[in-house]
Amino acid sequence: MADTIRLRIRRQDSPDAPTRWEEFDVPYRKGENVLTCLMDIQKSPVTSGGRRTTPVVWESNCLEEVCGSCSMIINGRARMGCTTLVDKIEKPITVEPLTKFPVVRDLMVDRSRLFDGFRKVHAWIEIDGTHDLGPGPRVAPEVQAARYDMSRCMACAICLEVCPQVNSHSKFIGPAALNQVRLFNTHPTGKMQRDARLTAIMGPGGITDCGNAQNCVKSCPKEIPLTDSIAGLYRETTWYGLLGWLKK
Amino acid sequence: MAKADIRIAVVGGGLAGLMTAIKVAELGHKVDLFSLVPVRRSHSVCAQGGINGAVNTKGEGDSPLVHFEDTVYGGDFLANQTQVKMMCEMAPAIIYMFDRMGVPFSRTPEGLIDFRRFGGTRFHRTAFAGASTGQQLLYALDEQVRRFEAEGLVTKYEFWEFLSPVIDDNQVCRGLTAMNLRTLEVQAFPCDAVVMATGGVGLIFGKSTNSVICTGSAQSALYQQGVKYANGEFIQVHPTAIPGEDKLRLMSESARGEGGRVWVPRRGGDERDPESIPEDERWYFLEEKYPAYGNLVPRDIATREIFQVCQDGFGIGGGNMVYLDLTHIPAEALDRKLGAILEIYEKFVGEDPRHTPMKIFPGVHYTMGGIWVDADQMTNVPGIFATGECDYSIHGANRLGANSLVSCIYAGAVAGPAAVGYATGDRHGETYNGLHEGEARRQAEINERLKNQRGPENAYLLHEEMGEWMTDNVTVIRYNGKLEETDAKLQELIERYGRVDINESVYWSTQALPHARHLYNMLQLARVITLGALRRNESRGAHYKPEFPERNDAEFLKTTIAVYTPEGPEFSYEDVDISLIPPRRRVYDIVKEAPKVAGDQPPPDEFHVEAHLERERKDKQHPFEDSSKNVT
Repeated sequence: MADTIRLRIRRQDSPDAPTRWEEFDVPYRKGENVLTCLMDIQKSPVTSGGRRTTPVVWESNCLEEVCGSCSMIINGRARMGCTTLVDKIEKPITVEPLTKFPVVRDLMVDRSRLFDGFRKVHAWIEIDGTHDLGPGPRVAPEVQAARYDMSRCMACAICLEVCPQVNSHSKFIGPAALNQVRLFNTHPTGKMQRDARLTAIMGPGGITDCGNAQNCVKSCPKEIPLTDSIAGLYRETTWYGLLGWLKK
Repeated sequence: MAKADIRIAVVGGGLAGLMTAIKVAELGHKVDLFSLVPVRRSHSVCAQGGINGAVNTKGEGDSPLVHFEDTVYGGDFLANQTQVKMMCEMAPAIIYMFDRMGVPFSRTPEGLIDFRRFGGTRFHRTAFAGASTGQQLLYALDEQVRRFEAEGLVTKYEFWEFLSPVIDDNQVCRGLTAMNLRTLEVQAFPCDAVVMATGGVGLIFGKSTNSVICTGSAQSALYQQGVKYANGEFIQVHPTAIPGEDKLRLMSESARGEGGRVWVPRRGGDERDPESIPEDERWYFLEEKYPAYGNLVPRDIATREIFQVCQDGFGIGGGNMVYLDLTHIPAEALDRKLGAILEIYEKFVGEDPRHTPMKIFPGVHYTMGGIWVDADQMTNVPGIFATGECDYSIHGANRLGANSLVSCIYAGAVAGPAAVGYATGDRHGETYNGLHEGEARRQAEINERLKNQRGPENAYLLHEEMGEWMTDNVTVIRYNGKLEETDAKLQELIERYGRVDINESVYWSTQALPHARHLYNMLQLARVITLGALRRNESRGAHYKPEFPERNDAEFLKTTIAVYTPEGPEFSYEDVDISLIPPRRRVYDIVKEAPKVAGDQPPPDEFHVEAHLERERKDKQHPFEDSSKNVT
């Protein structure tokens, strides 16, 4: 193994600036991840051609794949920078920002539409207040286990990035927000606002925009059964729509 | 509908900050919430193992009083006891609150919340959601805050950095300044109270288990403007972390709570595969030395033992690592209870901990010290409050596992209403001749200076150098000579900081300038930690000096208080509230002489706890109104 690693990074100074490629050689250390390489660039922002440049900008926080910050495209694939180990991927390493979100700078993108989606689908339980009202409802271990798998979504947005239905001409809310609907609709108290959540995903950009490409479930770093969530919601929305029609 | 007039600023969007914001919004007041990152990505997300609360669903005779006693004893009697007791009383209600918010806590077959064991106690007291409890709790509060956002009570400033409090000539806080991290625009925000919830300071040690935003920069900015900083020298080094190039990744205490065993080969330098080393050639040193608590001795003790075993040449292959072994537990049970953390190990190390013992070593983890606060979480500067890991109040000299999440919520639940109460007084509504503009200008000038400064130094390399010095000399074992050298080094780094070039020509969304600002503040706080350690000539909890191996209550049963001066921190010492449990020697090789609280039986007289509890029930309304009914 060489002593240095070469990185090819797609850079952009601001949302409206042109993009450019820059290459860097950084020291190799066994076991390191792609973010360690980016940190090395901060310590010496000089391209492999010897030209001084600015440090690369990216988003990261926990470095242990639970905060969801560091999604990027590495060697053509959307993944988390922190869990992409240099030893396990091809060199030179190509790093680009996610493509379905506006670039802020370099590898940093604006994912606020993801959080907007959570707000739109009513992704919370309407508690009466934080004062002491005793324990919540009992929950069967199987229900908890299924909800726990869904609850680990860290809002990394990779499922939106890889979904062919999420693009500039579509309003599709994406798998992450749909998964939130399923998460809250399977909770004994959350069920009470089930209709509000289902209504939110039945209009344009809602669940029927899913094209069942299944890319989301294959790419989710947390292996959340996103397509199970979506299939479950299909059934729920169908019944809900039918009942609504019958009531008319 | 928002009530007129009062405006509270909350700085930090982790558990403590979000809890504060919710409590203020529930009272009908407006909150400005500042966070470096989208709040859902705050460091609370990393907490793995669980949250403590003595609900005694296992019928073991656990109670909030026993929890209180364990916490004070675990903290080596340095915590102010009244607040600790209030937190432990509130803990069951806190867990129930999260339960009602829909947190997927692991369940018993009867559908009740399941509890696991954690260090420093002999009871199953820790509620957990798999091994990603912090993530689940943070999301629950984030979701509730989103509701208040929709109602217009909470305004989020994400990707904004707190820079400084705005303090008037009478030393009263009138607002804060913050910087938009996209544009670098500095703005002053007038408000009636500021509640800090900015977490720990792990990044001062370079590599730690903390997230990259945990620099302590905000705390240091407050300290440099006259806010007292307490017990800075108390830094928890977690016994089990996975060493890495970019950070040390936590391997949760829950791994031991669920039966994980720590061992090394009996023969130093043994290079055989761990699986091929027979049972009688393995040294389970924690179980051997601490038969009562075994692998679940408190963190400071486990850390020192692991460190010492490696120093003595018994580390794996003679190096700085020991085994944490789960392979005797069925893989199915491990997946169910510890899945998330085993996955971290697999992803970052590339080995399956279900079948191969993990290799771990201690790493800087938690900041027990912090901003000095009173029982209402208010600092010495009226109008500034502090909550969670950034305050000093609950954990004393050593934090027990799974007590951090509960302390964040407790502090937020106290600080929110306290800040509203403070702001409702007659202290606001005045105009201030240019006070806010002046502070904003001062902060903008710091940015300009950094932009224009040229020199041979790189802020990231200075940060690395500081981290190495701090980790080598101010963590597990501390010597006065080394501490003096470290402070000299820190002063040298502060001097070299004047020659930093941030290597940046594009200021839109730059990370170099904010990092350089953090670095200066980290250096100032590093001196507080180092000099506080130098002056404390005893060993207590996480602070251990071989030259002074015993706890010295006569001189040091005191809170260290640091106050900023341009020449360096000035120290004084304050008595600790020991009104409920008289200090005694802290040992874990035998079962702790804890008050036996079973059923409705009161604890022994010498603990005075029950009487105090009664007094307090009468005096003080609890932030969770009805929680007294949970105290059995």
